[in-house]
Amino acid sequence: MYQYSEQDHQLLLERVEQFRGQVERRLNGQLSEEEFKHQRLRNGVYLQLHAYMLRVAIPYGLLSSEQMRTLAHVARKYDKGYGHFSTRQNIQYNWPKLKDVPDILDDLAKVEMHAIQTSGNCIRNTTSDPLAGVSRDELEDPRPYCELIRQWSTFHPEFNFLPRKFKIAVSGATHDRAAVAIHDIGLRLIANEDGETGFEVHVGGGLGRTPMIGKVIRSFLSKEHMLTYLEAILRVYNKLGRRDNIYKARIKILVHETGEEEFRKLVEDEWEKIKESGLGLRDQDIDWIKGFFKDPDYEDLPDSDADYENLLLSNPEFARWADKNIELHKQSGYRIVYLSLKTAHQPPGDVTADQMDAIADLADRYSLGQIRTTHRQNLVLSDVKVQDLPALWEELKLLELATPNYNHVTDIISCPGLDYCALATARSIPISQAITERFDSYDFINDLGDLSINISGCINACGHHHVANIGILGVNKKGIEVYQMTLGGSAREDASIGKIIGPAFTADEIVGAVGDVLSVYLDKREDPEEPFLTTYRRIGEAPFKEKLYG
Amino acid sequence: MGNYIKDRKVDEDDWMPFTGLEEDASLPSGNIYVPLDEWLKTRDHLLARNDRLGVALKNTDDPALLEKDLDRLDLIVLEFPKMADGRAFTQARILRERLGFKGEIRATGDVLQDQLFYMQRCGINAFEIRDDQDIPSSLKAFDEMTVTYQPASDEKFPIWRRES
Ligand code: SF4
Repeated sequence: MYQYSEQDHQLLLERVEQFRGQVERRLNGQLSEEEFKHQRLRNGVYLQLHAYMLRVAIPYGLLSSEQMRTLAHVARKYDKGYGHFSTRQNIQYNWPKLKDVPDILDDLAKVEMHAIQTSGNCIRNTTSDPLAGVSRDELEDPRPYCELIRQWSTFHPEFNFLPRKFKIAVSGATHDRAAVAIHDIGLRLIANEDGETGFEVHVGGGLGRTPMIGKVIRSFLSKEHMLTYLEAILRVYNKLGRRDNIYKARIKILVHETGEEEFRKLVEDEWEKIKESGLGLRDQDIDWIKGFFKDPDYEDLPDSDADYENLLLSNPEFARWADKNIELHKQSGYRIVYLSLKTAHQPPGDVTADQMDAIADLADRYSLGQIRTTHRQNLVLSDVKVQDLPALWEELKLLELATPNYNHVTDIISCPGLDYCALATARSIPISQAITERFDSYDFINDLGDLSINISGCINACGHHHVANIGILGVNKKGIEVYQMTLGGSAREDASIGKIIGPAFTADEIVGAVGDVLSVYLDKREDPEEPFLTTYRRIGEAPFKEKLYG
Repeated sequence: MGNYIKDRKVDEDDWMPFTGLEEDASLPSGNIYVPLDEWLKTRDHLLARNDRLGVALKNTDDPALLEKDLDRLDLIVLEFPKMADGRAFTQARILRERLGFKGEIRATGDVLQDQLFYMQRCGINAFEIRDDQDIPSSLKAFDEMTVTYQPASDEKFPIWRRES
């Protein structure tokens, strides 16, 4: 994990003091709300329906147990005892008081955390693969590059007032768990013919009103050029991105309106002029940053364990959990464990302060003191010994973090929706809970296999409904909340935008409609191994339409 | 026009904006700056004077159009029409870092205390601060942050390449 230097600490302290001054000027009326908005938004503070919301950055989703304890402390002392993990691997607090925010930031700074650039029209927290460094399908660990991007983008003087927010994701594995195709810039580590690793550069992906899959504007970029190339893209965007219409201001619209070819040319021309600048990465720079992300000292262990194997055979409940929530690790004798934040009685992604403290303890005892957050709003313990799995499972069960549903029907992504969000047009959390309750039987979950359902409470699409196999978008039609359904989306390496299947459903109908879609799938799949998305792509939308509206 | 800060000090502004020069009109005296389109038309005429010259860029103008003139110019005026419109940050860096402009680069428009740090890093050294901004705290804003990660007009290298 990256360790802060003295200067990194210094920067955080200065930023807290600066923000404290801004809050003071706001509270004594020197700053208007409109002008304060630009300042607080650059520090993760939103004005929501009931209160201010504070979004804290979790760089590329990596947390130490100490940091997790601080998040628990913040939830307890300044909020209502819980926090919400977002699809961007960050955590949000829904009830802080504005006057407390500087103190919260002070507490966070002590453990190298902050809220810098978690909102506003600037470069946001870089996201990544939650299995970085431990998965079996990884070409190279993306985290060192994420950290370089974090440093380069933090208070970048040229790019702090962009046309719109800007999100970067980096992935280093065959399977894309970072959704690179739906980011303003997505970097995928790949190898060229000579075996050199570098980046495939995707630009202009994004959701919202105009969902788009990013375009590959460079098929191979040497690592030394990563930051100069990013700077060139951002510069073209800052110059030419639209500022006349907030809905057309993202880089995806610029790429679309300029044309992929012309956009590529603009970037390459700018890049030619800066590629030899001081921002180039030398081998020693890359080695230096990689030094922070070295493999821990794994023990030399056999890949199986007798007690573990016995429990798999004797305890079906354990076997289900192991089947759904455990993944192989690159190191023999270790496993990756998903902590499901999806139950029928907590909003997706919500964790209580007590749970956070307990998770921190589990990480210390079982997983080298680290926790990761995922794009699908779950948590990961990345380095658990096989022999510890039974004990860990017992403890997770008590904490209600052992629902065996990872990447299955009840592992729903949901934005906060009308329960919290000032922009919402419909409720989303109650819908996700209703769906979870309806399908909450292990046999059914298991039978349905790999499946994603995402829910957004308005067209801004924070719940990423466009890229779910089954997407649900809440809209307000003449004062009534109704729900539009999209089918066939994917946020993975085969990324695609789902298609609207037909007229919207009422809140009472939507759960039944999901059931109908699932029954068509079960009926039409070639065999139990064929996942929902494959079936949908094979048979098309007609059978689903027929069932829903026929 | 607001309060004028140059090189981190409150200063007297001895420049005048000027527009509408006719080909045959008499030349104005004093330090003047003109919009880019007028500069491109009346450049030679204006250069015949002895006083100092500046050009004002709209934030959609390409600073490279001034490339050949930069050693004759003492001032380039950039505009921030709204605080949230950050295009002139890029123009400033191009002028300082790519085109090597050594004269005054001035920020005008919605110039607020909280942007001064970023502006200065992009090579802007003079500011027409909006009237309602507090001057003493604006002067302090330049030093509110002392750590910078990335190269800009004030640093050639990112933090990890400095002093090593
Ligand atoms: S999708 Fe809409 S309702 Fe949901 S969090 Fe985003 S802005 Fe709010």
